[in-house]
Amino acid sequence: MLLIRCPYCELELPELEFAYAGEAHIARPADPAGLSDEEWRDFLFIRSNPKGVHFERWRHVNGCARFFNAVRETVGDKFLATYRAGEPRPDVATLKGDAK
Amino acid sequence: MTRYRLPNRGRVDHARPVRFTFDGKSYTGLAGDTLASALLANGVHLMGRSFKYHRPRGPVSTGSDEPNALVGARRGPGRFEPNTRATIQELREGLEATSQNRWPSLAFDIGSVNDHLGSLFSAGFYYKTFMWPRAFWDRVYEPVIRNAAGLGVSPTEPDADTYASRFAHTDVLIVGAGPAGLAAALAAGRSGTAVMLVDENAEPGGALLSEPSVVIDGKPAWDWLATTVAELNALPNVTVMTRTTAIGYYHQNLVGLCQRLTDHLAAPPAGAPRERLWKVRAREVVLAQGALEKPLVFDGNDRPGVMLAGAAQTYLNRYGVRVGDRPAVVTAHDSAWHIAFDLAESGTRPAVIVDVRDTVDPALTDRAHALGIETLLGRTVTGTSGRLRVKSLRVNRMENGAVGAARDIACDAVLMCGGWTPCLHLFSHTQGKIDWDAGIQAYIPGATTEAVRIAGAGRGLWGIAAALEDGAAAGALAARDAGREAEAQPHTVTADRTGSGVTLTELPTDRNPAAAKAFIDFQNDVTAKDIRLAVREGMRSIEHVKRYTTNGMATDQGKMSNVNGLMIAADALGKRAPQVGLTTFRPPYTPTTFGAFAGYRQGATFEAMRKTPIDPWAEAHGAVFEPVALWRRARYFPKPGEDMHAAVARECRATRASLGIFDASTLGKIEVVGPDAVTFLERMYTNPWAKLGVGRCRYGLLLGEDGFIRDDGVIGRLAPDRFHVTTTTGGAARVLNMMEDYLQTEWPDLQVWLTSTTEQWATVALQGPNARKLLEPFVEGLDISAGAFPHMAVAECTVSGLPARLFRVSFTGELGFEVNVPARHGRALWERLWEAGRPYDITPYGTEAMHVMRAEKGYIIVGQDTDGTLTPDDAGLGWAIGKAKPDFVGKRSLTRPDMVAKGRKQLVGLLTDDPSVVLQEGAQIVADPTQPIPMTMLGHVTSAYRSDALGRSIAMAVVADGRARDGETLHVPMPEGVIAVKVVKSTAFHDPENARLSA
Repeated sequence: MLLIRCPYCELELPELEFAYAGEAHIARPADPAGLSDEEWRDFLFIRSNPKGVHFERWRHVNGCARFFNAVRETVGDKFLATYRAGEPRPDVATLKGDAK
Repeated sequence: MTRYRLPNRGRVDHARPVRFTFDGKSYTGLAGDTLASALLANGVHLMGRSFKYHRPRGPVSTGSDEPNALVGARRGPGRFEPNTRATIQELREGLEATSQNRWPSLAFDIGSVNDHLGSLFSAGFYYKTFMWPRAFWDRVYEPVIRNAAGLGVSPTEPDADTYASRFAHTDVLIVGAGPAGLAAALAAGRSGTAVMLVDENAEPGGALLSEPSVVIDGKPAWDWLATTVAELNALPNVTVMTRTTAIGYYHQNLVGLCQRLTDHLAAPPAGAPRERLWKVRAREVVLAQGALEKPLVFDGNDRPGVMLAGAAQTYLNRYGVRVGDRPAVVTAHDSAWHIAFDLAESGTRPAVIVDVRDTVDPALTDRAHALGIETLLGRTVTGTSGRLRVKSLRVNRMENGAVGAARDIACDAVLMCGGWTPCLHLFSHTQGKIDWDAGIQAYIPGATTEAVRIAGAGRGLWGIAAALEDGAAAGALAARDAGREAEAQPHTVTADRTGSGVTLTELPTDRNPAAAKAFIDFQNDVTAKDIRLAVREGMRSIEHVKRYTTNGMATDQGKMSNVNGLMIAADALGKRAPQVGLTTFRPPYTPTTFGAFAGYRQGATFEAMRKTPIDPWAEAHGAVFEPVALWRRARYFPKPGEDMHAAVARECRATRASLGIFDASTLGKIEVVGPDAVTFLERMYTNPWAKLGVGRCRYGLLLGEDGFIRDDGVIGRLAPDRFHVTTTTGGAARVLNMMEDYLQTEWPDLQVWLTSTTEQWATVALQGPNARKLLEPFVEGLDISAGAFPHMAVAECTVSGLPARLFRVSFTGELGFEVNVPARHGRALWERLWEAGRPYDITPYGTEAMHVMRAEKGYIIVGQDTDGTLTPDDAGLGWAIGKAKPDFVGKRSLTRPDMVAKGRKQLVGLLTDDPSVVLQEGAQIVADPTQPIPMTMLGHVTSAYRSDALGRSIAMAVVADGRARDGETLHVPMPEGVIAVKVVKSTAFHDPENARLSA
């Protein structure tokens, strides 16, 4: 069971309080009607599913109920960072400590 | 005194005999015994039959690594556990133990014919032998194999025990209370940091329990142990837990513990849980699990009486039990020599010490000779004899790498030692790296991924002194990392027994190796030959060899077999061990009961049960309940002598004729409030909301972004900026989650607040032609006449003096109202309406009548008539889409090519040709029932009922191009015969003009 830091509560809490909510930074298109079928398909279904660093959404559903974003390394299943919804992606190299 | 018990020896209580039975025969052991030690004290080695070959087996070890001595342990009805290790089961008065996998008896077992057919059962035999004919697999091979091979039988009664669970947090968790763990606990505990020390044994001490001759800090080992445990118990910051197995090591230092609370007690306290599962989050973990002794691999190394040398030492020193009169020692490591010496000094002189090495420390041979024990160096062992107990050992000289002449040595026990391997299981759970140490020829823990330290023999440090020193250092460092000042106190040790050895493959033999039964995995009956066969047949990865041979896949998780299997596989592959690598260990470390995992989640506390404020009334009035999501809902209210069909027909009839009352409190309710509330609903739901007037309701349809129906419900506008949204009973939390998701992450600019109000309102539905007549006198401040308060009106008012939200809505097709009052008043309102309704023959109805009446009107139930693949058009709800709206959730998907293609399944009505036949929900529909199998299935029945109002059965179904098939006859093939049905494109079976609704 992972410990997850809620960026709103600013507390590290057990995974039991949270719910996973899919890949992050996939914004709903402002004008869906203007998208081709292929573009809409990509928005709906195509996900990166990386082996490694994944940007994903979580909800502190049994706590403050806020949605937030997280950077998780999927091989070791470790969180590198969590941040509030709407904030830009953190720099992965900095998080992993291998920035030049 | 039993024949093999030594007086005044061991940690058992010689003054407290304990009676028990094994296979119905009575025996006596001592308090402090395990089942295995008590049976050995009685001279019983034969305790089980092996999994595949049914070979007679006795205990090989003294602990949780035991592969052979698996028994069923019973304590009255509902308290039976199969596959219990006799080496772990503590003896208790009245214990009933039975052997397994034998028929008719343990000593004479028909299944042992498999042993002689061994060549049929080589590695991968399942894959090779029973390939065809396919039909034989289910009917012949599988049942026969299942019957012949196996371990214990499952209990047949529900478990009568209860189980507990608990969370804990600690600074330092130490796993293993042997010398390393105890030293770590002392070092950390004296610093004041919070320490948990856990051990799977009945008492702390680990190896010290088996080696009383060591002197620590000037005290005999057991005195030092007693002092240390007393000090730890006196420290308020230290918790020592025995009979507690660390079963799994999970992320961020979460360790699962299973604590056995009552299995060792003759009479457990009433209500005491049998086991407790702990989830411990530790800042620092110290693994002090020690090392596991490996068997030697030679023909006949599995006969009863053949066991690990270290096990014999533990039986002798901890339990005061001699494992035989004339044991022979066979070893590749110095440690077994000391065991021979202990035995000789206690009066049981070993017949011989055979060492595979050409030379050993002369101090060992000198001591052996002084004790009168014959020593044979540079030998191999090529066989044993004896059916139910080993009788002799066959030893051959090794000359220039060739196997020389054989000699048989009579013995009644063989004590083997193939060296020691650090216990890496928990470390492996953390994905920690495992390194090969060429010096000690063993795998040791490498780079870690968690805040963990491994101490003592667990990282290849042999001997008590090394374990104490390493444990103290690890405990001090862990305490410092937890923020304390801590010292690693030194310990002085004399009479320590360190030693070294070699790591081998199977021992060389002069006999046909293909005929040898040299076991590696005792529990799964895997031999050295099986491993070599797997490699010959193309397995290259150790993970493939493991799965092909099942080596290490038994309930002991390969504690004894993994390294031996790896060494032989590496040899067969022509590689070095580290190039082949070790298979991954996974939780749990030892078999763990389902009860421990379930904990409190059984019976009434399996999951939460939600009840409405009106539920007690329903119960008092004989309701039959059904679960709907987590709710308990009244399904129907039978009168004496009525079955469900009779009750439902009566409830429907009464409602349509006069007046029904229904508890709709479970409906999900979400209050949507704010200046942008209407904009928000416009975007979420398919329907238009902007022009919905205050005091009006509308049916709302919610899609996923993929265009499929997710939920529905009536939404009432109470004010320009306030909506009362209802959802399906099961969908309430999902819908709120979805709304919050869009509101927080897509449209954070909208000023809207969402509040779940499901449990704040009790909802009483009054349905039927007399609904208004009953309700009118109760309502204050509102004219509810047909003209003033039409269908789909909503208002806040007072009902029976209670603040209320009154909806004029109907899910039955009758004139209907839903009265929402604060939940605490729900039952009072219900009872007042009930009393006042008697002149109208007011009838409470349940969910079943509700289902029938809504189906008579063709109203869908999301999740029953839809399944996540239906669009609004598929469900006949195209009218609910606001055509002028530029966008709403799911809108773009509705024009994707697949969503507008022909052939989509559409919701239609079905009428059986025989009106008395009720279709089965879920039944498949075909056009031509005579077509060859597999038939083309056009769809399935989603709802089917007997309708009292229509005097016949009705059904709803999803059928490919359903609406175009209006009037067509289709067929529903059932086991009893084919049912002919006619398609009707409208599901509104009853009162399609809605005349009754608008009354």
